[in-house]
Amino acid sequence: MSVIDEPFRSAPSTPGTAAGSPSGQAAASRTTVPSRAAPRPPQPRRQIARVRREDVLAFAGSGASALAATAVLWTQLAPFTGILGFTVVGWCLWVLTYAMLVAFDNNRPTMRDRIAAFAVHSLALLVIMALAFIAIYTIWRGWTALTHVNFYTKDLHTTRSTDPLTKGGVLHAIFGTLIEVGIAMAIAVPLGLLAAVFLNEVPGVLNRLVRTVVDAMTALPDILAGLFIYATLILIFGLGLSGLAAGCALAVTTLSIICRAAYVVLRLVPGGLTEASYALGSGHWRTVWHVTLPTARSGLATAVILGAARAIGETAPVLLTSGVTNFLNFNPVHGPMMSLPLAAYTLVATGLPNYIARGFASAAVLLALVVVLFVLARAIGGRGAGQLTAGQLRRRMAASRRDLTRYDARVVAGQNGTQATSALATDYGGAGA
Amino acid sequence: MVRHQRLGRARGLKRPLNKEGDCFVRTGVPSVTQSRVGAVPRKLTARLSASDRAFRTVARTGGLVVLVLLVLVGTFLFYRASQALHKAGLSFLTTASWNPNGGGFGIAAVIVGTVLIASVAVVVAIPLSLGTALYISEYAPRSFQRLLIAILDLMAAVPSVVFGLWGAFLMQQRVVSLSRWIHDWFGWIPLFAVHGVTPHETQPTATAYESSTFIAGIVVALMITPIASSIMREAFSQAPPGEREGAYALGATRWGMIRAVVLPFGKGAMIGGVMLGLGRALGETIAVVMIISLEFSIQPHILQHGTSSISALIAAHYSEATPFEVSALMAAGLALFGLTLLVNLIAAVIVSRSRSGAVSEA
Repeated sequence: MSVIDEPFRSAPSTPGTAAGSPSGQAAASRTTVPSRAAPRPPQPRRQIARVRREDVLAFAGSGASALAATAVLWTQLAPFTGILGFTVVGWCLWVLTYAMLVAFDNNRPTMRDRIAAFAVHSLALLVIMALAFIAIYTIWRGWTALTHVNFYTKDLHTTRSTDPLTKGGVLHAIFGTLIEVGIAMAIAVPLGLLAAVFLNEVPGVLNRLVRTVVDAMTALPDILAGLFIYATLILIFGLGLSGLAAGCALAVTTLSIICRAAYVVLRLVPGGLTEASYALGSGHWRTVWHVTLPTARSGLATAVILGAARAIGETAPVLLTSGVTNFLNFNPVHGPMMSLPLAAYTLVATGLPNYIARGFASAAVLLALVVVLFVLARAIGGRGAGQLTAGQLRRRMAASRRDLTRYDARVVAGQNGTQATSALATDYGGAGA
Repeated sequence: MVRHQRLGRARGLKRPLNKEGDCFVRTGVPSVTQSRVGAVPRKLTARLSASDRAFRTVARTGGLVVLVLLVLVGTFLFYRASQALHKAGLSFLTTASWNPNGGGFGIAAVIVGTVLIASVAVVVAIPLSLGTALYISEYAPRSFQRLLIAILDLMAAVPSVVFGLWGAFLMQQRVVSLSRWIHDWFGWIPLFAVHGVTPHETQPTATAYESSTFIAGIVVALMITPIASSIMREAFSQAPPGEREGAYALGATRWGMIRAVVLPFGKGAMIGGVMLGLGRALGETIAVVMIISLEFSIQPHILQHGTSSISALIAAHYSEATPFEVSALMAAGLALFGLTLLVNLIAAVIVSRSRSGAVSEA
């Protein structure tokens, strides 16, 4: 914080000159009138946030010293092993050395500020790097399988365990995931959205009850949803391990999530809009259908898409309900149906190198699906209720212009009508434009 | 003058208002009422149209269906679990082994394992998520901020099987050396003790440190970091700018400002975010199953091979389970549900209390 240091350093000199001035300037005139004739030249813009050379040197020097010290510790003094321990100890030494170097020519608050900034930056870097690394590692391990076209166009039922990666693929899992998530969304989206509208629009005892239960069920561990479907649909009703059962399990897990997210979005619709609609005389239903839902459309789309992204990645409910197969199965009611997360889980569990590569590749495909859904959610949503995209704004302006011409046409047609009506129409036309 | 005329017309008066606005603009006491003293306020009734009634019925039905569905899940689990609980009685809480078909069964071991894994995850995740949240809201350049927020939100949606693969295939070997190092130097702390291996052993069996609570905890920590840190970041970014500038104006460094303004403001969200992460960590299944090796004894040594968790127990035992065993698994699952529910409830209360009054309600 060089900005703050400067005034502190120059501070002691100011009282000294102030004390000395009365004796020196006693004979001179008491007041000085600044001459306005010569304006001061414009000052150059001062750089208030700058990096000092000492800061860079302290940072780099402490890093080098910590690296050297840790290397000595690891190779000479004690039989330490492992890259993780090396990093941890090196980082701690770096912080300590850096704090010492900064403390040499700064005060204590500055030193604390530097260490905090150092720690925050390195923690954030660690998290972002670790998360990026997880994605890259998955793709890297699955790369050998991902580059073959047959990975996306074939299933695994003719593939033997010794077959190379040029044979077999996970088409059955891709279709299985799409079917299962489709079933889950077909159940959860209408119900969740309807319940969200109910929570937002119809107050009462039932409302509070539903809200409490929905909030509570978001805490339901996903494996328990799977166990519920396993115990009811499969053990009691005898449905058998199937895509429908898996879809139902996914629906149970995502229903409360979608309902809650949609409810939050609906609550953000500005009250002024709905009140204006009521004031214009429209009823409850018309207000919800023509004002509340269109205003919250992008937010609702985001809620649904994020729910789908969550459902795609769920492994535990699917593990209990869908069954494992190597065949491509389009029938959700009969026979087991594979899905991508389950494929990743079961393929790597075999321990065979080619199967592990296929498992990582299915995880990479899954990751890509989630990213696509997420980008879609960002593109559709990500803006507040009532904020329009450029395209929506253009369409609305066009609609407004059409209204204007319609009003004008009515004015022309109603020339024989009363004066007041046409004046009113012109007035509205002007407001519409 | 024009404004007064318009006001008058809007109120349905015959004459335009005078310049003083007929006194009831200024004082707010309508002079009109003086002539109507004793008038009973009209009773307002709204008769819903047919479409509105239909809409309300449909909405109410939707809410009711969701309610019934979710309550059904809860009661069914509770009903089936109670069969097992009835047989086991109180020993369900104290027994460590899991033999529902013969002998005793209980959740003493699995619940200790679950809580330990979640605790390790939270301890690791707190600094990580706090650092990330502070970086994004306070240190990151503005142009970079939106991208980072999007990445963090995306990472919260990454499937747990991806984390599981990463943990099982990469972290398993890497963390073992760290585990060994911690055991060598801090093995005298009971938590870090490992049975069968003495500290500084030159050739320890590598598997002694594998599949441990510690490794599972680290992987779960990375899963909950995005969730916890996005809640924290949201609260930090809402810290009042006036108070921030006040702190700077008083000569605070950036860290001084963060300590004096941002952290106290976001305290509730920090606790709430970590609790929500804890709730997710408790219920995590696949990533944990892929890493740990299931063991049915109370195992408080986090670095040692073998641990247990409720969700891993269910995932491992459901397939060959007899109907009674399924209900025993449900009882275990219900205990987990109770735990996560409690944690989420506390988190929700803390988060909502911390925000009250600080921001406009929306």
